[in-house]
Amino acid sequence: MTADPHPAPSQNDAAIATRGVTRDFKAGQRNITVLHGIDLDIRAGELTYLVGESGSGKTTLISIMCGILWPTEGKVEVFGTDIYALSDTELVEFRLQNIGFIFQQYNLIPSIDAASNAAVPLIAQGMPRLEARERAIAMMEKLNIGDQIDKLPSQLSGGQQQRVAIARALVHEPRLVVCDEPTAALDAGSGRRVMDLLRQVAVAEDRACIIVTHDNRVFDLADRILVLEDGEITHDGTEMPEDH
Amino acid sequence: MLWIAIRMLTGDKQKFYGLVFGIAFSTLLITQQLTIFVNLIERGASGVYNVPSADVWVMDEVSRTTDVNFPMPSTALDKVRAVPGVEWAVPHLRAGASVRTSNGDLEGVSVIGVDDATLIGLPRRMAQGSTDVLSTPDSVIIDDVGTTRMFENGQSPIGERLELNDQRAVIRGVADAVPSFTSQVTLYTKYSRALNYVPGTRNRMSFVLAGASDGIAPEALTQAIEEQTGLRARTRDQFAQDGVDFIIQNTGIPLNFGITVLLGFIVGVAIVGLTFSLFIRDNVKQFGALKAIGVTNRKIRGMVASQAGLVGLIGYGLGVIGTVLFIWGFSSNPTFKGFYIPWQVPLISLAAVALILLFTGWLALRNVLKTEPAAVFR
Ligand SMILES: Nc1ncnc2c1ncn2[C@@H]1O[C@H](COP(=O)(O)OP(=O)(O)O)[C@@H](O)[C@H]1O
Ligand SMILES: [Mg+2]
Repeated sequence: MTADPHPAPSQNDAAIATRGVTRDFKAGQRNITVLHGIDLDIRAGELTYLVGESGSGKTTLISIMCGILWPTEGKVEVFGTDIYALSDTELVEFRLQNIGFIFQQYNLIPSIDAASNAAVPLIAQGMPRLEARERAIAMMEKLNIGDQIDKLPSQLSGGQQQRVAIARALVHEPRLVVCDEPTAALDAGSGRRVMDLLRQVAVAEDRACIIVTHDNRVFDLADRILVLEDGEITHDGTEMPEDH
Repeated sequence: MLWIAIRMLTGDKQKFYGLVFGIAFSTLLITQQLTIFVNLIERGASGVYNVPSADVWVMDEVSRTTDVNFPMPSTALDKVRAVPGVEWAVPHLRAGASVRTSNGDLEGVSVIGVDDATLIGLPRRMAQGSTDVLSTPDSVIIDDVGTTRMFENGQSPIGERLELNDQRAVIRGVADAVPSFTSQVTLYTKYSRALNYVPGTRNRMSFVLAGASDGIAPEALTQAIEEQTGLRARTRDQFAQDGVDFIIQNTGIPLNFGITVLLGFIVGVAIVGLTFSLFIRDNVKQFGALKAIGVTNRKIRGMVASQAGLVGLIGYGLGVIGTVLFIWGFSSNPTFKGFYIPWQVPLISLAAVALILLFTGWLALRNVLKTEPAAVFR
């Protein structure tokens, strides 16, 4: 027997542990491998940045970490649960209780107002609608969009829609929050404010937060920075490497 | 989630109305076409429906329908009367004839001779005049739809003189009758007079109409009559069905019209299917996002089912109401006289609408439910 090249997930306080995670995509006839065996431990209580050039596999990696994209190989544990060993329904349920995400496509429901959109995870958990809405409104107030609660998504600016998506990701107080390039469409000032907000609301003792960004204006807010290059982690530290 | 599902559906008013209209229109198309088809085919049984008092029709062995009959000798009447369980039996004559109207037109008509004493054989109700007029010599009663054919400008037929197979006849009443499949003009007269109007062979009695005694089932009576007389006997329901079957088997109309109905059905089903799958497709990303957030496939199916249920019921309801209004609106038109909506028809269109909504919903959702949720965020 050869030694397992990937060490078993530690029984430590890692919020997320990935071991040997790869992902292939079919591109026409060819198979392209986007991730080449990612081994990572993400700790709770830290704001972790995932940085890398476009096409390096950042979105793919965080999608796998938050349970919405299956790894081709490898294993992902989120707070001790081997999520891809769960049945489809169990995984859906796990996401509902534990994970919040903000992707670049918000996919808000156009025909319900902002507060109801933000309340969706709570409603899905079975909370009465009006109570869920109250909680969503409180979260929106924290995100400084308390005055937009009864607007439809189409009546909101891009930045406001993003905050509704953030409220939706956080409203049920998930233990893991992932966020894909939240500042990409924002000017420097707003970008920093959003990052600050995320830091305030999403980072806590028992919660983990991973943010994909390549916005060097906000690197100083991170507790930990991971660099992904061509599907491999090439840097792991509290600051960006010199050569970037 | 139900609330969200309903809001997704009704949120975009324009699309919602489009969907409802599509389903309503299709339901109307399906229901209306099937209704007309069934009613038209049922006209094959109009001769039977027009004599509701006859429990049993007795005829020559080779006769098949009210219009396709072979006359029997008059002794058949006594034979039928002698069968136990027969409460009453009367002669009935049905034959074709030509009439010349006062303005010289020639028209093929059917002449029906009803029992002289009881007038059994006449339709239940009169549209104009009373059945008493048959006691006047030379008088005939015309059917109401026939009137509109023979007297196109709406003039009253009462008092019109006709030359019926070279004999004089005067119209003195209008019967409220179910029109025949061909809407041919029908003239009712007493049996004894009909024998004069319709020349021919010795045997001219087309049918014997019989009533069953209390407590005797018509089916049992037909058996008894057939065994004792050697004639063919059919209950009212059987003979009505014979008329319908004859139309189906012997004219191309059911086939041709059936194809039209089928096309209407397919078009209707396609409209429902297309509009609903477009709606689902519009919302596919939202459903995908819901699944990613943590809504199970079962709940998503439930959401789509409730959307289908709501829009389907509203659209279907409007479509059925539309059909009712259509039938009602045309009820005074002789072509549609007596049309009704058989209860099976709305059920068939309900099943068709429900099935197609389920099927297209399932088809449009299949991808969302199967693919990795990440796909909707790309
Ligand atoms: N669903 C997919 N099908 C095919 N190729 C994909 C798919 N998703 C991602 N890729 C490819 O994987 C690579 C990494 O994509 P992504 O994870 O989105 O990178 P990043 O977020 O770092 O820009 C890209 O080359 C992209 O084209
Ligand atoms: Mg990306």
